[in-house]
Amino acid sequence: MGKLFAVVVTAITLVSAAIFAMHVWWLPPDISRLGAGIDHQLSETMVAAGVLFVLAQLALAGFVWRSADSTRPIRRFPGGATPMVLLATALVGVEILVLTFVGTKVWGRIFLAPAAPGALHVDVQAEQFAFYFRYAGPDGTFGGAHPEMIDEAATNFFGLDPANDTTARDDVVAATLAIPVNREVALTLRAKDVSHAFYVPDLRIQQDFVPGLVVPLHFTATQTGKFEIVCTQLCGLGHYNMRAYVEVMTPEAFDQWLIDQAP
Amino acid sequence: MRSTLIAAAVLTGVVLVGSAMVRVAPPVPAGTISGTVTYTGTPPKMRPIDMAKEPTCVSQHPTPVMTETVVSGPNNTLGWVVVYISAGADGSTPATAPVRYDQHGCLYIPHVVVLQPGQPLQVTNSDKAAHNIHPLARVNAEWNKSQPPETAPIQASFDKPEFIPVKCNIHPWMHGYFVVLNTSHHAVTGPDGAFSLAGLPPGTYTVTAWHERFGTLTQDVTISGTETKSISFVFKALPY
Repeated sequence: MGKLFAVVVTAITLVSAAIFAMHVWWLPPDISRLGAGIDHQLSETMVAAGVLFVLAQLALAGFVWRSADSTRPIRRFPGGATPMVLLATALVGVEILVLTFVGTKVWGRIFLAPAAPGALHVDVQAEQFAFYFRYAGPDGTFGGAHPEMIDEAATNFFGLDPANDTTARDDVVAATLAIPVNREVALTLRAKDVSHAFYVPDLRIQQDFVPGLVVPLHFTATQTGKFEIVCTQLCGLGHYNMRAYVEVMTPEAFDQWLIDQAP
Repeated sequence: MRSTLIAAAVLTGVVLVGSAMVRVAPPVPAGTISGTVTYTGTPPKMRPIDMAKEPTCVSQHPTPVMTETVVSGPNNTLGWVVVYISAGADGSTPATAPVRYDQHGCLYIPHVVVLQPGQPLQVTNSDKAAHNIHPLARVNAEWNKSQPPETAPIQASFDKPEFIPVKCNIHPWMHGYFVVLNTSHHAVTGPDGAFSLAGLPPGTYTVTAWHERFGTLTQDVTISGTETKSISFVFKALPY
């Protein structure tokens, strides 16, 4: 029985390691300027965690195999359980610290560095259960957002006040995030109600919306096409259906799109 | 002989009861208030609804659907206006016929329904997508129920008069109204703005016209006999 267990553990270990090594279920192709760094970091993490996983499972299988039909007493770890736990904690801690240290550079370029001066600014609002996107329009200035003026029936999702605020009159509001290719996009994420998340696997970015916080996020798409934006923070009964699309266009097509969407 | 007497007695009874019923409910002359609702000024621009997140609904609309807040016809006629008797003894009767409110193509059909207190409401889902129906009632009890495709109609009713905005949280552009009124004399205008309130006994009434964006207007109208009084409501529209 013990030997059978050891064989099963070995089989599970090798099959699951192979699934990751062969990229059977993997991310879609990267379409962003900084995505390669994320992919590199992900691979390093996978290798580091994977090697430890395989070694630990094979060691487990080996010990089980050796002890299966044996009457030999099981030897204690030198010093008992306490040094064993401390050693394991130190080893795992060092590994995580090294991974964090190595990943800081990539993380910083995406989440700590500010957006480039020429970036396209888009205001993003997440609500139960949709995303809405706002562009400043020809005047280059966003109108003020007044939560008490939100009127979904009139598609005033941001609570604009065009009657009194002239900068709000040309703001373009859309349910699709249209962006030009190869130009940096700076998003400002706001949540209307509860926590949500902005995740585009193809762009390798994922960021939470937090009620009360204005969260900046920037990226550059390098390929045209239509890609899905999904909410990855459980936000209520319609969470499963909370999605939108990012449409990466040529600069000319994007300029025309903005004109077509003008209120 | 005896059977003849019984037959005569029964016949007399029927005639007496019949004449008594006629006397209890003599024919009441009924008048009508009809007219048109229009607006002056510039209404807000209706915008195409982007349903990209629900592909099964996008495919049902070959051309983009516009928002329904302000629906108008030629000569500035105004649709989705509820016109009703808000004061006066109009002899209203309770309504028992169920009213259907359908979700089709990620829209509420119709945009505005009128109900009377206690009148059964049946909310149906004709879409391949799940919806949730969320009447934002303040006077009546607020509720929020989800309705997956091909499920039984949701049965509901409201006890008190109220203008209740209805929304779908899954599709935030879906927006409509349940209008609960005490009177059985009510009408909802189409894009031609026309309305007709028939079967009104003689008397003086306050007629109210309600529009979700432009508010309410009222007029006092006196009806005598079987006349048809023609009135019009003109809302003042602002672009923002």
